Amino acid sequence: MMAQEKEVDALTGTETTGHEWDGIRELNTPLPKWWLWVFYVTIVFAVVYTILYPAWPWFNGYTHGILGYSSRAAVRDRIDEMAASRAHWVEQIETTPMSEIVNDPDLLQIATVGGRAVFANNCAPCHGTGATGRPGGYPALVDDDWIWGGTLDAIHTTVMHGIRNGADPEARMSEMPAFGADGILTPQQVSAVAEHVLALSGAGPDNEEGAQIFAENCVACHGELGRGNNELGAPNLTDQIWLYGGTKADIVHQVTKPRQGVMPAWNTRLSDAEIKQVTVYVHSLGGGQ
Amino acid sequence: MATADGAFLKPTGSDLRQEARETRPGASGDGIGSGGTQPPEKQKLFADRDRVYSRSIQGKWRKVKWWTLAVLLGLYYIGPWLRWDRGLGAPNQALLIDMPGRRAYFFGLEIWPQEIYYLTGVLILGALGLFFVTALFGRVWCGFTCPQTLWTDLFMWVERKIEGDRNARMKLDKGPLTGAKVGKKFAKHGAWLLIALATGGAWIMYFNNAPTVVHDFFTGQATTAIYGFVFLFTATTYVLAGWAREQVCIYMCPWPRFQGAMFDEDSLVVTYEDWRGEPRGGARKGQSFEGRGHCVDCGLCWQVCPTGVDIRKGQQMACIGCALCVDACNSVMNRFGLPPELITYDSISNQLARADGRTKTRFRLVRPRTIAYAVLLLLIATVMVVSLSTRSRLHVNVLQDRQPLYVKLSDGSIRNGYTIKVVNMVREPKTYLLSTDGLTGAEIAVLGRHLEPGPYVELDVAPDDVSSFRVFVKAPMSSLDSVQTDFTFYLIDLATRESETVRGIFNGPAAVAANAANARRGGDGG
Repeated sequence: MMAQEKEVDALTGTETTGHEWDGIRELNTPLPKWWLWVFYVTIVFAVVYTILYPAWPWFNGYTHGILGYSSRAAVRDRIDEMAASRAHWVEQIETTPMSEIVNDPDLLQIATVGGRAVFANNCAPCHGTGATGRPGGYPALVDDDWIWGGTLDAIHTTVMHGIRNGADPEARMSEMPAFGADGILTPQQVSAVAEHVLALSGAGPDNEEGAQIFAENCVACHGELGRGNNELGAPNLTDQIWLYGGTKADIVHQVTKPRQGVMPAWNTRLSDAEIKQVTVYVHSLGGGQ
Repeated sequence: MATADGAFLKPTGSDLRQEARETRPGASGDGIGSGGTQPPEKQKLFADRDRVYSRSIQGKWRKVKWWTLAVLLGLYYIGPWLRWDRGLGAPNQALLIDMPGRRAYFFGLEIWPQEIYYLTGVLILGALGLFFVTALFGRVWCGFTCPQTLWTDLFMWVERKIEGDRNARMKLDKGPLTGAKVGKKFAKHGAWLLIALATGGAWIMYFNNAPTVVHDFFTGQATTAIYGFVFLFTATTYVLAGWAREQVCIYMCPWPRFQGAMFDEDSLVVTYEDWRGEPRGGARKGQSFEGRGHCVDCGLCWQVCPTGVDIRKGQQMACIGCALCVDACNSVMNRFGLPPELITYDSISNQLARADGRTKTRFRLVRPRTIAYAVLLLLIATVMVVSLSTRSRLHVNVLQDRQPLYVKLSDGSIRNGYTIKVVNMVREPKTYLLSTDGLTGAEIAVLGRHLEPGPYVELDVAPDDVSSFRVFVKAPMSSLDSVQTDFTFYLIDLATRESETVRGIFNGPAAVAANAANARRGGDGG
């Protein structure tokens, strides 16, 4: 700022700063001084902050600040806090039988919310995020059709030990013979029995030959009426839900050379409380028995 | 000078400062505007604050100000102590914003978070009310009712009681640091802090049960949040009313900057009648005022001003319209036997009329501007009252499952899942009957409560509570007419027969729904 004669704007009577751009002159309307102090306070704040907290990039990383604050440590603390605040509920879930959990509104809420997270992290890749299953033998868990049973205990066992995984001795185990591939039935017989199976759910005309073959080969597991057996993992053939598809070609394929899905045992990967929660969650999806 | 379109609309801060330096004998000039005869000196980009030592004055406007101050501050401090019986289990504080409980109480009204839009209505009413009174009476908000004005006025009163009036205070501040000075300053700031504490404390009481929070506060049992907020509001009251004062109005507050938009020539404003006052000059008692103006240039008008404005310069942004200068000038006019209201709280058009020699003046209340504000006010107030008095105390929200949209069941029927939230805003336990309409053969099941599907289910909701239900609706394929079938949820309060309906959508598989439609058409044909 040059010390020179004061220039006063004629129109407003206000002094100018002496700055001029293309004939436009800047009026000097000074701010109150306390405004400046506020600015100095922010500078002091910045300096204090720099001393206390991590602030500047440095050759070997960054300046750490004398408080030793780190956002990672803060997140860890928050996670520990969260775990501690949940400990009470986790303990309740562990000690309460599932049949009681589903009748206690608070525990049911905790279990379904926790179970949803467990499901999303572990089960969704095969069963879908909404538990609607995937084509090719990953069953939907939202409907009322269960291969290994839809009671809390049955679901719990399935989650704990898995299915046909060869790792857990208590895993669910069933094996439908390969009627076509092993030459037990001829292709014509397979075709006839497939038509009979379709007729069981009202999806086509029945035939005598197929019924005969069904009675000789299939009723041991699927039952006389074809309603299946949860104990043996034999699906119900009279309903509208098909694990591997409900066309005749699908059924012929399955009778000729059955596909047999595998599910891992989760007791080695999830805690007891997590398994209980995910069981309650799956049971709550609408199909629980 | 004070014409309807000139100085009236020229609110610049520099006017104020410049004029303060020119007119105030004791003001510490920093060189700006003090004439070109002095040697050039460095230009100042930041201005020192000229402390305002406002002088006490008696008069009708001062009386109005004391009364509004007493009433409004009284309401503020007493408000949280008013009680209102809402029955067992409900807070009995008339005015309460219960943050943890998610409720606001205003006497008989209970506002839920989802009704927060009523606050929007209140804010709009507040803004329009402000526009309306500003168009009519000028800056009454600033001059008489603004909290900044009220607490500053109270703090100034305390200051006068302890340190004396204007001259005594100026002398005290200029004088040496004596024991008496230190004592007075301690007393003043102590009293200010006490008032500030009462103010900050009262604020917290609007958010907590007043007797409880006062007890907890003084026995050290209150939460950190409460101590923090009391500290915050105590500090802001002390700083804003004790130290910042007119700086808040001039530099911080946005309202003076745009309220000129509400003014017209018929709005009441504090004005100096320069046609009568000029040319001004000193006067002795009993002298003739022939051939000169009535202003005796005593300076009382700017000495009593809480923001340090010289009203004789015309309307300015820094003038908060408190009318104390009217009282000051009238006291002087009275002493000289001159007609009062040389500085007057009147409209610009009336002032111009008097300047033209017309004696008949009028206060035009009804003007397009005021009609517009009044109609808007009335309209929104009506909408508010009607919607508040007819608002439902039962709300139902239906959230449809999106994953999966529908589930095909083993018997071929289709199931959809919903989360239904029932909001019971009454302080009684309720039992509702939930049913559907528009889906033939539909059955409802509720997770954890009513797993066996049936045509209707009973839902229990606690008093003043929200309950969330997982509801499964199962319908045969034949009842679906397209991918999305519209239907209705009915919720009936079994005791009062109050009911609520919510539209729902029932999703089904595309192909099968189309088949069903075809089959129906075929059936109709045959």
